[in-house]
Amino acid sequence: MSVPLTLLGLLEREPSHGYDLKRDYDAFFGRGKPLPYGQVYSTLGRLARDGKVVAGEAEPGDGPERKRYVITEAGVTEFEHWLGEPVAPEPTLQSVLFTKVVLALLLGRDAEAYLDTQRAAHLRRMRELTELRRTGPLVDALLADHGLFHLEADLRWIDLTTARLDALAAEVRA
Amino acid sequence: MSPLIEARDIELAFGETPALRGASLAAEAGEVLAVMGASGSGKSTLLHCLAGILVPDAGEVHFDGQRIDRLDENRRSALRRDAFGFVFQFGQLVPELTAEENIALPLLLGGVRRAAALAEARPWFARLGLDGLGGRRSGELSGGQAQRVALARGLVTRPRVLFADEPTGALDSLTGEQVMELMVGAAREQGTTVVLVTHEPRVAAYADREAVVRDGRARTLSTGSAPVAAERVAP
Repeated sequence: MSVPLTLLGLLEREPSHGYDLKRDYDAFFGRGKPLPYGQVYSTLGRLARDGKVVAGEAEPGDGPERKRYVITEAGVTEFEHWLGEPVAPEPTLQSVLFTKVVLALLLGRDAEAYLDTQRAAHLRRMRELTELRRTGPLVDALLADHGLFHLEADLRWIDLTTARLDALAAEVRA
Repeated sequence: MSPLIEARDIELAFGETPALRGASLAAEAGEVLAVMGASGSGKSTLLHCLAGILVPDAGEVHFDGQRIDRLDENRRSALRRDAFGFVFQFGQLVPELTAEENIALPLLLGGVRRAAALAEARPWFARLGLDGLGGRRSGELSGGQAQRVALARGLVTRPRVLFADEPTGALDSLTGEQVMELMVGAAREQGTTVVLVTHEPRVAAYADREAVVRDGRARTLSTGSAPVAAERVAP
């Protein structure tokens, strides 16, 4: 999963300190693997260097750093591009899919449209694999079946998530 | 190119319950279109409106340049008999008839003489791997065999459009794949457009294009794509 893009997404919600970003990242996406402070600030430093965020003046207070970060237009553009792009269908994409859905809901964006885009990408790949299993040797057909079952599992998750979007939105925005 | 069959902004309610709320959908000639959606989404109702079985409360249904939702029941019935074929989830064969007579039934109803109708039906047995089963009644056929007979019955008139509503829903995975293979293969061979309602992604993957029905509205998802290269198979 892309930490820089996830932080950009959290910053699009509102300007934040590094501490707040780490807290929200851990709460939504950490899943028992908290993001180290060092990685938060080094990532924010690179994003600032690349013009994706701007750091405010240091503020008085406890803690390692008290700068508030604000996303720039270039940062918003990059984040929007990433959010709208379907993930290459692979058996291991679920965490990225999940992250995109949660961020879209957090930001009040159209998560359903994203899920439909992803559904279309999955079905396109399933069509390709179906054609291959129809026309190829049995070994290829078996490999294609393996891919088809994984894609089908993802699609079932997409269907279920689509049906639960309203409830999910209420929960993540609470 | 204008579509062969099209629903434009159709609405339909069953009593107080709305089933379709402005659904639009179009299929081109020769295309295989999958219509997906959860149970109760309205996908089967949409298929029934396209096929002239149900008449929408509002909106329009067009087939081959003609508005069909305003035709009276007799003319819609003739259209269904002459231009459309149907395959449903549970074959729905007539139990008193043999497999051969079931396949010939649409021709017989269309006025074709019995001998000619049965002669038209017979080649379908070899085509669908049903050799030797022509004299059996539906109770003597397996689920997969019965569904293949139903498929032949749906295609025997060489319809312009085949409407298939969950055609593999009652079959195991492998038998379902065989039925889909035969259905899409035969439809493409004779240039029949297929409108395929399914909730199964693996079945929808046989189509050229998909639409999703959600809360009584249809949304087209994608257009066709080029076949995958062999080296891209590994999942």
